[in-house]
Amino acid sequence: MDVFLDFLIAKFNYWIYVILMMIGLFAMIAKNNLIKKLVGMCIFQTAIILFYVSIGVKEDARIPILTGHEVPHGGHYHTEDHERPYIDAKTVTNPIPHVLMLTAIVVGVSTLGMALAIAQKVHLHYDSLEEDEILAKLQLGNND
Amino acid sequence: MIWSFDIIVLIFLVIAAVIALSVRDLLASSMVLGIYSFLICILWAEMGAVDVAFTEAAVGAGVSTVIMIATVFQTTRKSKD
Repeated sequence: MDVFLDFLIAKFNYWIYVILMMIGLFAMIAKNNLIKKLVGMCIFQTAIILFYVSIGVKEDARIPILTGHEVPHGGHYHTEDHERPYIDAKTVTNPIPHVLMLTAIVVGVSTLGMALAIAQKVHLHYDSLEEDEILAKLQLGNND
Repeated sequence: MIWSFDIIVLIFLVIAAVIALSVRDLLASSMVLGIYSFLICILWAEMGAVDVAFTEAAVGAGVSTVIMIATVFQTTRKSKD
């Protein structure tokens, strides 16, 4: 039991990432309302971003912004004949997944805006946001 | 990274996601989605990804909530599920 709890707590970000992703996927498939489907899409995207940011986390690491205190003895680390600031990679979180996920957030908002514009158009044509009502009106239009 | 704070915020995230999908009022749904975005913004600031936290607060929580509310007022507020 203790081993199981340790396993659960140590990987808690990843467990929640899977749960959120499946909540979003369920909403995208099973919900009837178009706006609810888009809410599910938002949750799905943030779950994926949560996974990628969780990869870069290190224990006892600071944020990846340099303040100048990283350099030992207040000076520089001498390599050959030129000086270079010395930073231990273990003391800062990995910033590369963060930078990749910045793009993903912006792309997510633009797809959400596009989808909402299409939803407004659909509401203008079919006077409903429910998927079954729209499908019924489409069937009615085909029969005429 | 603070483990206890991390676990509390993650549990609130799941609760917010479930509420956003189960409430029948679409305006309430978009507001709860804004709460969800701010919670995940707190989570990223706590995990050391401050740049992602800025972007999420400005773009994810701000702009997407605003455009979603605008759509709800342009169309309808009721939902069947």
